[in-house]
Amino acid sequence: MLILKCPYCGIEADETELSPGGEAHLKRYGPGSSDEELEGYLFSRENPKGVHFERWRHVYGCGKWFHAARCTATLEVFGTYSAQTFEPPKEIIKIIKVKRPGWKWRDLS
Amino acid sequence: MKRYSVFAVAREALRYHQGWGRVWKKPEPKKKYEAIIIGAGGHGLATAYYLGKNHGLKNVAILEKGWLGGGNTGRNTTIIRSNYLQDASAAIYEKARSLYETMSQDLNYNVMFSPRGVMMLAQTQHEIRGYKRTAQANALQGVSTEFISPEKVKSLVPIINIDGPRYPVLGALWQSRGGTARHDAVAWGYARACSEMGMDIIQQCEVTGIRQKNGQVLGVETSKGSIDCEKLGIVVAGHTGVLADMAGFRMPVEAVALQALVSEPIKPCMDVVVMANTVHGYMSQSDKGEMVIGGGADGYNNYTQRGSFHHVEETVRALIETFPIISRLKMLRWWGGIVDMTGDRSPILSKTPVKNIFINCGWGTGGFKAIPGSGWAMAELIAKGHSSLTEEFRLNRFKEGQFIDESVAAGVAH
Repeated sequence: MLILKCPYCGIEADETELSPGGEAHLKRYGPGSSDEELEGYLFSRENPKGVHFERWRHVYGCGKWFHAARCTATLEVFGTYSAQTFEPPKEIIKIIKVKRPGWKWRDLS
Repeated sequence: MKRYSVFAVAREALRYHQGWGRVWKKPEPKKKYEAIIIGAGGHGLATAYYLGKNHGLKNVAILEKGWLGGGNTGRNTTIIRSNYLQDASAAIYEKARSLYETMSQDLNYNVMFSPRGVMMLAQTQHEIRGYKRTAQANALQGVSTEFISPEKVKSLVPIINIDGPRYPVLGALWQSRGGTARHDAVAWGYARACSEMGMDIIQQCEVTGIRQKNGQVLGVETSKGSIDCEKLGIVVAGHTGVLADMAGFRMPVEAVALQALVSEPIKPCMDVVVMANTVHGYMSQSDKGEMVIGGGADGYNNYTQRGSFHHVEETVRALIETFPIISRLKMLRWWGGIVDMTGDRSPILSKTPVKNIFINCGWGTGGFKAIPGSGWAMAELIAKGHSSLTEEFRLNRFKEGQFIDESVAAGVAH
């Protein structure tokens, strides 16, 4: 069973306590954006086989949204971090690079 | 390839069944093919079969990373139905259902199609309204369905508890020509027919790259070397995102795990398929007597073919209320498959940004029932460049906002 540590209340919560919220760090496009941008924001997803960044909500706990870095090919969890960020923190990137040499994502090299 | 018939069985019986040959050939890849299909699951093999049968395109290779029919084709709950709400869906699923009716004869391979009837239970007032609407829509689409009373449900399925404390059965959408088929046999039957037409089914051949020049496909790199092709069909379900990444475009799909399980075999007790969408469970009884149970999909991306235990628990818990008889059954096997979910829960059969690459994906939790129709339509799209069955399932519909919204009609058990 998937277990994630809520970065707010510090509890090791299993997935029955959590609610998945889809891909993280999407740039939101709204009125005034192009069709491609809106389509990309609404529907296109990285859907990687490997390292993935996701939003989760500690719904049956403190209720807060947070982020998780996870591997979709092995279900390994690299860490969780605050929702108040536009990109994964350096510590998480460092952990991933040690465990997955050569890994790249978007413009983070 | 030997034709199967009662005479063939008799002839082989006289020589101790030693004359049965291999069902499909095991070729090495050639340098070049007219068309390559990536993915030897049901949809990929059906696409190749109809390319040969309907369009005379037989210089085809079907590449498979694992073994044929080893992905979702061999992992589903084998339900066949076409009671969809939207016209585009009803057209392609009904095409598929009607092709299942004659598939054993067409392929000379027994796929054990059993049109035993499929029932979708209405357990809330909302579902009653929804299914009555679907029945009306189906009448206009030429799909034979009807809304039936709880008493009729009880007479068709004596083991059902229609006065459930939480979710009483208030009626059902009934499709009497829906049913099940043997999923492995569908893949094997198509594979045998493709091989007989001279197509190459190459197993354990993983595609590692897609070559293109000036926006046009040239061929693929594989674990068995480089192969050229004029046209490329990507039919890989859960791994769509990975292949699209190789081709250099993104798809509006996400890979999630969907699970199913079967019980120990028991005496025949239910001769129809029952789906309960409110509680996310569906059940039928296999010819071996096992109760085949399917549940809901996980909510997060996953490529491991393993799902979450609590989803199975929820499914079984809910089904026990409707079917108290199964409460003491032991579950024999439990497995997961990786399904590709789109934003509107409808598939994508489309051209792509790269010329002569075609994609067939996004069948999500309900691909098995569509195999022949999907193959028929995809073959037409690849051979002619357009197909009336695939037109509305184009990739651009997400940009245009022309969704085929089945998530309201069948968002979960699909």
